[in-house]
Amino acid sequence: MKIANSRSVVSASLFIALLLTIIPLPLGVDAYRPDWLLLCLVYWTIALPHRVNVGVAFTVGLILDLLLGSTLGVRALAMSIVVYLAASNFTRLRNFSVWQQAMVIGLLAAVSKLVVFWAEYLVNVVHMPENYFHSIITSVVVWPWVFLLLRKLRRQWKVT
Amino acid sequence: MKPIFGPGPSLQLRLLLAVVVSICLILTDANVGAFAKVRLYLHSAVSPLQYLANMPRQMMDSMSDQVMTRAQLQQQVAALRQRELLSRAEQLTMESLTKENERLRALLGSPLRRDNRKMVAEIMAVDSDPFSHQVVIDKGSLDGVYEGQPVINDLGVVGQVHSVGSTTSRVLLISDASHGVPVRVLRNDIRAIAHGSGELNRLDIPHLPRSTDIQEGDLLVTSGLGGRFPEGYPVATITFYEYQEGKPYADVQAQPVVALERLRYLLLVWPESSRQ
Repeated sequence: MKIANSRSVVSASLFIALLLTIIPLPLGVDAYRPDWLLLCLVYWTIALPHRVNVGVAFTVGLILDLLLGSTLGVRALAMSIVVYLAASNFTRLRNFSVWQQAMVIGLLAAVSKLVVFWAEYLVNVVHMPENYFHSIITSVVVWPWVFLLLRKLRRQWKVT
Repeated sequence: MKPIFGPGPSLQLRLLLAVVVSICLILTDANVGAFAKVRLYLHSAVSPLQYLANMPRQMMDSMSDQVMTRAQLQQQVAALRQRELLSRAEQLTMESLTKENERLRALLGSPLRRDNRKMVAEIMAVDSDPFSHQVVIDKGSLDGVYEGQPVINDLGVVGQVHSVGSTTSRVLLISDASHGVPVRVLRNDIRAIAHGSGELNRLDIPHLPRSTDIQEGDLLVTSGLGGRFPEGYPVATITFYEYQEGKPYADVQAQPVVALERLRYLLLVWPESSRQ
């Protein structure tokens, strides 16, 4: 019962993060869209590293690749690497204050963006848009609120 | 306390597995053409999510339709009536011109051009992948959409269908860095290829010798070469032409006639030859 409950909460939050990632936004705002999926995945990795780690990240990244129509596997690779980094340091990350965590999130978002760019660069003709890295800032700014919201959810439903 | 990672492979092994699998996926997806079939099924599987993500906007649209005032509607109807009248009047001469054109073409012995079948599609979501210019439309293989199908709107060429799902498909815009359209200059029939630049409002026309007669303001239309785009649809206007001494080719840029960042309704075209 408990396992089913926690699974449904985690997957519901990841589902909403996916939706937020693909919801159409005006062109000017689009570059500043926070990396919702990364935030959500990293939160669950820090909170429940025995449940959410590389496997989940890979699957969700693959779904995002399909939704965005990019080369299959690019975001799966990036998400796996980021979640590996978070999962192997989860004890340290848990003890950080929220703002310190936000800085780490900025680093992780940058890693994921770089991996995505490199992987695309290897197989396709791509140009890096000037505002490619701007969304890292919004990811950092949004993290504390995502963190508080998800922690509230986790406590309310006693997700373990 | 719970064991941290429980039973199963260690974290490092999982990462290794994920990295190997995703690199294999990236390479097969980029290099193996037959993989498109697999993509079709996967694409169809996730399309409900796309419909869901599109819902808020659809609701907003229908709401703004609901709250229109009577006066606004009347105004709109009047404007549309006028437009229809005008286009009908144009069509009157159009018909006789088409007949004349057909007769002349028959005299010249060149193949007749027929009307293409078209279908209206609505854009569901604009892709947020920063490296490729794609949009998702609400028609798929169930409506007869096929890969490589030309897509236009009321102004000119928009792009071509890139991958097809059963109820949705992706359109690659002409501004995508991997896209090229065979074009000719309307004024003097010089042939060229308009490459996407990765920026929405710019196409590059590479490999034009310095002596080419091309000027700013020239309209480029599809040439029909390559057999993918039907002939004669406007693509872009030349905005920049420069030749620097010592360079092998002139530097030519063009702006698409369609405002690619403000697309809403598109037309799918079934060219005559593909139906046979």
